[in-house]
Amino acid sequence: MTPQLLPGGRTLPPGSSIDAPHGTTIVAVQFAGGVLMAGDRRATMGNLIANRDMEKVFAADEYSVVGIAGTAGLAIELVKLYQVELEHYEKIEGTLMSVEGKANRLASMIRGNLAMAMQGLAVVPLFAGYDSRDRAGRIYSYDVTGGCYREHDHHSVGSGSLFARGALKKLWRPDMDEAGAVRIAVEALYDAADDDSATGGPDLGRRIWPTLAVVDVDGARFLTDDVLGEVALQIVADRRDNPGGAR
Amino acid sequence: MSMPFYVSPEQLMKDKADYARKGISRGRSVVVLAYDKGIAFVAENPQSLRKISEIYDRIAFAAVGMYYEFENLRVAGIRYADLRGYSYDRSDVSARGLANAYAQTLGTVFTQEPKPYEIEIVVAEVGQDEDHDQLYRLTYDGSVADQHGFVVMGGTIAQSAELLRERWKKGLTLGGALSLAVDALALDPAGGPARTILADQLEVAVLDRQRPRRTFRRLGGQLLTDLLSSDSPVHDAPSTDGPPGHHGLLTGDDARPTDAARTPETPGTEQPSDPEARADDEGS
Repeated sequence: MTPQLLPGGRTLPPGSSIDAPHGTTIVAVQFAGGVLMAGDRRATMGNLIANRDMEKVFAADEYSVVGIAGTAGLAIELVKLYQVELEHYEKIEGTLMSVEGKANRLASMIRGNLAMAMQGLAVVPLFAGYDSRDRAGRIYSYDVTGGCYREHDHHSVGSGSLFARGALKKLWRPDMDEAGAVRIAVEALYDAADDDSATGGPDLGRRIWPTLAVVDVDGARFLTDDVLGEVALQIVADRRDNPGGAR
Repeated sequence: MSMPFYVSPEQLMKDKADYARKGISRGRSVVVLAYDKGIAFVAENPQSLRKISEIYDRIAFAAVGMYYEFENLRVAGIRYADLRGYSYDRSDVSARGLANAYAQTLGTVFTQEPKPYEIEIVVAEVGQDEDHDQLYRLTYDGSVADQHGFVVMGGTIAQSAELLRERWKKGLTLGGALSLAVDALALDPAGGPARTILADQLEVAVLDRQRPRRTFRRLGGQLLTDLLSSDSPVHDAPSTDGPPGHHGLLTGDDARPTDAARTPETPGTEQPSDPEARADDEGS
């Protein structure tokens, strides 16, 4: 067989790619004593909105969370397998995996998806965990080839990440408390939704708010819709007559 | 040319069974018993090589005999359960399926290998209520028995089994069940006075039916001492979990164990212990 006919050598015709839902913006923010991760709820398929209330932030295990941007089907499957692997390790070894161990394991799973990524079906996660030795949150970002990078303070991935990162740069302060961090994470997603059509803002009509998970010494927990709704409504109110959020 | 001696199959199986039984009876016993809110596992095992393990959300495993043999089966069981749960759904993993898989392995090893496994296993699944708890006991030859209420295995168990038959009843509290199990383990097979077994010589775990998702927790530290003591008000496991790094271990200590190692104690800064977490669940 000629080499170019092998599956790895085949490329899609130019201009076409598989239409599959894509997840969009995820932000992670460190605060005093932990880290949190938030994601918008929109999944897009080309110019269409594929899903309005998709969850893109998952608890990987009791002390870490993972958020996904990229091809939704592959990403959710990857997270599912990752959750099983962490739990499997924990049961076999009788102890939790270290934060670095978890981050590295996720990197090799992303690397395994490289062939699909070359065909346009990339998955780019963001990982955040609580390090019980340092008593602090940690954030790791990835590229499609499986590179794993430790991030400091805050980070964002996905199509709206440029805008979210810009917002976080201006809003983040060292030693923020949890409530402050929740506010700037939701605000950064608001800014991403403002300028990126693929990122969903707070949906007041349907009462759909971002997903937000906090990881601290007590483990990972998701904030309820009531709490997030209040934060989102406050941001919407503050942005009236001040669309850029100047302060 | 040498001719092998003829050995009848009956004799062969009997020899293997005797060999396995002898190996199993050399070790120490493990007791698995149901209590009002779940299933408790108690082993006299002061070392860190575990005899009791979590398998899945509502399933756990206890074993006696050769460590490396049951460790093999433990790992295989976790793999079986995780794979099932991943391929289908978490609710599709059952103790019965796992017990059948173990029975296949044990039976095959018993008939085909020169040396049978010298182990005995209990696979337990906690149900929605006491009537739906499941206890499966598997022996070295692959036979499975569905047990009701309690199982004692390993070591010399005749007297312990008798004691459990007399004193085990439905609706025991966790404290009551653990004390009963320790009484059974402490009996002297030779008929002498019962030994004293301290909390730190025990490996204790529960499947707590009230917890969501993963129900397996190990018990240790002050909590276990309190549960075993008849004059302590603690009869039940707390419903909240301990600090990270000690996942799944309930000790009842609010002070985080890493704190003690890292920072010197400053008087007046210790956190008051949370009475909610330790108090017995009244009325329920």
